Amino acid sequence: MYRYDEFDEALVRERVAQFSEQVQRRLNGELSEDEFKPLRLMNGLYLQLHAYMFRIAVPYGTLSSNQLHKLAHVARTYDKGYGHVTTRQNMQFNWPRLEDAPAILSELADAHLHAIQTSGNCIRNTTADQYAGVAADEIADPRHYCEIIRQWSTLHPEFSFLPRKFKIAVTGAEEDRAALRTHDIGLRMRRNEEGNPGFEVMVGGGLGRTPVVGVTIRDFLPEEHLLSYLEAILRVYNQLGRRDNIHKARIKILVQSVGREEFARMVEEEWAHLRDGYLTLPQEELDAIARYFAPPPYETLEDTPPELELWQSTSPGFGAWMNENVAAHKQPGYAIVNVSLKPEGGVPGDITAKQMEVVADLAERYSFSEVRATHEQNLVLPYVRKLDLMAVWQELQQAGLATANIGLISDMICCPGLDYCNLANARSIPVAQEISERFADLSRQRDIGPLKIKMSGCINACGHHHVGHIGILGVDKKGQEYYQITLGGSAENETTLGNIIGPAFSADEVGDAMETIVETYLTIREEGESFLETYRRVGQQPFKETLYAAH
Amino acid sequence: MPLIKNGQLVIDPWRAIGDEDSLPEDVHAIISLERWQEDKEGLKVRTAGLGLQLRSDQSPQQVEADLPSFSLIALEFPKFTDGRAYSYARLLRERYGFSGELRAVGNVLRDQLLFMQRCGFDAFELPEGAPVEAWLKALDDFSVWYQPATDNRAPVSSLRRRLRVAAE
Repeated sequence: MYRYDEFDEALVRERVAQFSEQVQRRLNGELSEDEFKPLRLMNGLYLQLHAYMFRIAVPYGTLSSNQLHKLAHVARTYDKGYGHVTTRQNMQFNWPRLEDAPAILSELADAHLHAIQTSGNCIRNTTADQYAGVAADEIADPRHYCEIIRQWSTLHPEFSFLPRKFKIAVTGAEEDRAALRTHDIGLRMRRNEEGNPGFEVMVGGGLGRTPVVGVTIRDFLPEEHLLSYLEAILRVYNQLGRRDNIHKARIKILVQSVGREEFARMVEEEWAHLRDGYLTLPQEELDAIARYFAPPPYETLEDTPPELELWQSTSPGFGAWMNENVAAHKQPGYAIVNVSLKPEGGVPGDITAKQMEVVADLAERYSFSEVRATHEQNLVLPYVRKLDLMAVWQELQQAGLATANIGLISDMICCPGLDYCNLANARSIPVAQEISERFADLSRQRDIGPLKIKMSGCINACGHHHVGHIGILGVDKKGQEYYQITLGGSAENETTLGNIIGPAFSADEVGDAMETIVETYLTIREEGESFLETYRRVGQQPFKETLYAAH
Repeated sequence: MPLIKNGQLVIDPWRAIGDEDSLPEDVHAIISLERWQEDKEGLKVRTAGLGLQLRSDQSPQQVEADLPSFSLIALEFPKFTDGRAYSYARLLRERYGFSGELRAVGNVLRDQLLFMQRCGFDAFELPEGAPVEAWLKALDDFSVWYQPATDNRAPVSSLRRRLRVAAE
């Protein structure tokens, strides 16, 4: 994992000092709320419905045990004892006091954490495949490029006042776990014919009120040109992105209005001036950063220890968890453990300080002190010996963190909604809780198979509803909360946007609607077909009929 | 308005001249792009300094060939959130080789000075009554930068390289 050196440390400390002074100016009245707002937003501090909200950066989702302990400490000392994992792999606190913000940042800095660029119209925290470096289906490890992007984008002087927020995601695997085509820039690692690493570059994806699937503008970008090419894209966007209408300001609108070919041409033209300049990454630099992400000191282990089979056959609970929450690892004898933050009736993505400590301790003992946050609002222990899986499962279970539902219907993405957010039109948390309770039976969930529900409490789509196999969007109709349902979205390899199925449902009808959709699928599915596959085969009609039969 | 140039408070020798106003012969004048385009030939023979102010929707690319006529370019920030001029400044310095005064005008905030300076601005118009000392101090908020820019500060990557070389 990346370790801060004196320069990283200095920058974070200087940022804390700068922001502490800005908070002071606000508290003593030198700054009005209007003047303070852009300053605090650039440092992840929002003013929500009931309180401030602090969004802490977790670069490409990677945390050390020590950092997770620190987040637990902040949750306990300055908040209500819990935190919330977001779709950008960050950690959010919902109840900090403005007066405490400098102290919180200073404590976080002790663990090399900060809130830089978790908000504002700048390049946000880069996200990545949560299995980066360990996935069995990985072509190349993307983490050191993520770190290079993190450094380049941090306090970038030219790109800190873009037309709109800007999000980059990276993956090096076959399976897209980073939702690349829903990002302003998605980078998929590839190797060319000579075996050299580089990237397929996608731009112009994004959700919100105008959902767009990103398009490829370059099939292969050699690794040494990563930053010069990104700088070219950002420079084109900074100059030509719309600034007259906030809803048309994202790069997706620019790409759509000029067309993919023309946008690619403009980028290439700008890049012609920048390539081979001072942003070219020297091999020495690439190697130096890559060394931070060298594999941990793995033991040489048998890939299928007999104990594992025994545990699976004797403990159905463990077996189910193995099947749903444990993923294949590159290294023989190791496994990737997903820690579900979606217990029955829980708030998706919420984690208590005590649970953070349990996970941090487990990581320390069993996963080379490393934890990942996922864009689907769960955590991951990336390096667990298969022989330790039973011990890890038992401890997770005691902490309420072993719900065997990763990728199943109750593993929902859900935004904070009207319970916290002042943009929201409807509550999303109680609806998620109800769905999670209705489908709590894990054997039924397994029978239903892979099914991603994603829910947003407003059109801004923080809950990614457009790309949910089932998407739920909270809307306000004459002061009443209603929920619009979309079907057939996906943020995986073949990214698609869901289609609205029909009139919206009231809060107390959503649960039944979910049951109807699922039952319809179970009735018409063919052998081995997932929900998405069935939907893609049959389309909306059968679902429409059953959903609105009684209406 | 107070003017900071090269990190110090200075007296502003320039005057912005409105399109409708007559152009005094003996004054360093900042004019609009429209005025320049209308009266290029007349303006070229002036002896006093000539400066050009560009709005944020006017790319300096439009005047690339004319740049030798100007000893000052003022780039306007109509709102602090309009960041186009950061790119313009870098283009002026790095691509078009403009070496005269590059001035930030409009909704310029203290917390942006350093970014502007790194993109090539060397002069800033402050709001009336701004605490100049505090603004000057803001130019020192950070001592390290990750990315190379126009200001030739060594980015962290080259500092690290130096350390590695020294250790070898």
